[in-house]
Amino acid sequence: MKNGAMLPLRLDDVSFAAGGRAIIEGISLEIAAGPSTIILGANGAGKSVLMRLMHGLLAPTSGRVEWSAREHPGAPRKQAMVFQRSVLLRRSAQANVAYALKLAGVGEPQRGVQVREALESVGLAHLAHRPARVLSGGEQQRLALARAWALHPEVLFLDEPTASLDPTATREIETVIRAFDAAGTKIVMATHNLGQARRLGDEIVFLDRGRLVERAPVGEFFSKPQSAQAAAFIKGELPWT
Amino acid sequence: MDLIRRLLLLAVLAAALPAAAQEKFIVVASTTSTEQSGLFGHILPAFQNKTGIQVRVVALGTGQALDLARRGDADVVFVHARSAEEKFLAEGHGVKRFAVMYNDFVLIGPKSDPAKVAGGRDILEALRKIKSVAAPFVSRGDKSGTHIAELDLWKLAGIDIAKEKGPWYKDTGQGMGPALNTASAMNAYILADRGTWISFKNRGELGIAVEGDKRLFNQYGVMLVNPDKHPNVKKDLGQAFVDWVISPEGQKAIGEYKIGGEQLFFPNAGTPGA
Amino acid sequence: MTEALATALALLAALDPKLIEIVLLSLRVSLSAVGIAALLGFPLGAAIAVGRFPGRKTLIVFLNALMGLPPVVVGLLVYLLLSRAGPLGALGILFTPSAMVIAQTVLILPIIAALSRQAIEDAWREYEEQLRSLGANRIGAALTLLWDTRFSLLTTVLAGFGRAAAEVGAVIIVGGNIDGVTRVMTTTIALETSKGDLPLALGLGIILITIIIAVNAAAYMTKELAQRRYG
Repeated sequence: MKNGAMLPLRLDDVSFAAGGRAIIEGISLEIAAGPSTIILGANGAGKSVLMRLMHGLLAPTSGRVEWSAREHPGAPRKQAMVFQRSVLLRRSAQANVAYALKLAGVGEPQRGVQVREALESVGLAHLAHRPARVLSGGEQQRLALARAWALHPEVLFLDEPTASLDPTATREIETVIRAFDAAGTKIVMATHNLGQARRLGDEIVFLDRGRLVERAPVGEFFSKPQSAQAAAFIKGELPWT
Repeated sequence: MDLIRRLLLLAVLAAALPAAAQEKFIVVASTTSTEQSGLFGHILPAFQNKTGIQVRVVALGTGQALDLARRGDADVVFVHARSAEEKFLAEGHGVKRFAVMYNDFVLIGPKSDPAKVAGGRDILEALRKIKSVAAPFVSRGDKSGTHIAELDLWKLAGIDIAKEKGPWYKDTGQGMGPALNTASAMNAYILADRGTWISFKNRGELGIAVEGDKRLFNQYGVMLVNPDKHPNVKKDLGQAFVDWVISPEGQKAIGEYKIGGEQLFFPNAGTPGA
Repeated sequence: MTEALATALALLAALDPKLIEIVLLSLRVSLSAVGIAALLGFPLGAAIAVGRFPGRKTLIVFLNALMGLPPVVVGLLVYLLLSRAGPLGALGILFTPSAMVIAQTVLILPIIAALSRQAIEDAWREYEEQLRSLGANRIGAALTLLWDTRFSLLTTVLAGFGRAAAEVGAVIIVGGNIDGVTRVMTTTIALETSKGDLPLALGLGIILITIIIAVNAAAYMTKELAQRRYG
């Protein structure tokens, strides 16, 4: 374990309720460095809320979310998140990436170098000067990935990043994610798409109605699901989505 | 972005800065009727040419003009309401009152003349007739010199207008011009100063009904605001204006002002009792 | 009406120097007021939009209500402030264009603050998660949003300019409608109307409306072009 490493991340009996409804109930799990983790579940299972609890955008109503190292406010973030629909600023693609680096305190000329690298890593270097908001959906998600990855975070959270994209764009995004995974970034991704989970995941964390029901390496999960809910979920989904 | 913001701030401050303070100027509080007559437009350039002092006229009703000076916001007052001016002096706000000029009021009325007063020379008789037929009459109702003069005339005619008015008496609370507009729209009688009437363009069916009665004369006075009470008053510049206006030169300029060939104001500085 | 149109065109064609002076002063006063109000109002609106503090909702209601401040009341209040008898009398700026700028700034500051608050709060709803994820603090987020919502803010500025250029109640009290010094379009229209010179007043009115339309058109086109570029 590297000194100052954020992982492992521990969730200790975490619950989250909003508007009188329990959305996450009593989840305990440990996310370690290494294998890419897929948070799998049906719509409404609580995947997005769990992602936000882990990333720190939401505070649990009970229980604890604990990283192995503390993040200091103002210091560059060691974990980043890509949302289903990314919000990009009304500036050029490269300016969006530069914005994230500026927030992290990266100055010139270092910043320009890192911006270029990040854009190249997602194949958007040729669109660097294009206004971000006129890019296609797939290009915008790739830009969001570039922005998130520009600081080489230890953990990259992805909340259903391809749910709004067509199959071609989806494949482009998955290629990028695989590359980041290979480069050593811990991937934690939420999806309801079985095919994607199989393609990208090393381990599956399965949620059903706010509870953690099953956790297994990807091969085992799909061939021998232990819980009734997981089995039903796998059968219910068409295998080629 | 920061640079743009700083430039904007500078530009805006520069635009908002007070006009070059090198210019010598005084603020004279006067009345709307005097200003609208165009007199100041005629005589002030002569004064400025001679002394280099710019005169900034703030035109309000007589009461407001004097109140403005009471707050120290004017250097000189130039109004036409003797009793109000004397009160102003008695309160210590003015240094000394000088008579400057007089003009006269005229009774304006519709051509249809429901009160049958047109062509008369007796204003009091005319007012009595107007009341007796309840012909529409517009009053300025704004504490102005004209308004005070109107109230005094009703009193002289033996009418307690506050008690005896009816729906025919329209108390508008407006300046001379707007009141004339109202009278024109209603075909009503109205007491107006000759100067405003001559320059008034929206006459409709109105014309002069009664004029020339000695009781219709309107005396103007000028006073320097008391620098002892209001230290910010531009004493020397203000005094220069007062002196000029009652000097032969200023008096001549006043007398020379004409509209449509007609003299509006009659200089009478130095006349005892004016 | 045709006489008014003819008068207006004749004035413009002759490039009457008095008219030019009045128009330039009107623009100078109202644009300065808009500039200052934007400098103060945008940060204020942004701060309220992203901030969370007790009494915030009350403040928003109050700010929205202030948008309807009657100009003549603002004029009176600023007059009392700047009068020699008042607290800021020593500045000696009553009856100068500076006083008019101040009065109009006070008048339109609530408009700019309230409208920008609304625009930025709407944007904050969209951007909050992402900006917090990237590690922006509230102040940084507010500044970022100010720039990102710049097209909506342009409309806000226009609303403020329209209100300022069109009002007469405030500037006539604090400016005194002094010939050659503090006479602007609206106060001249008021004066000419009260003198009964309605065609001239109407002519000036047409010129004023044309200026406001021109400013709005220019801003609209800028906004359209820019939005097409930046999305």
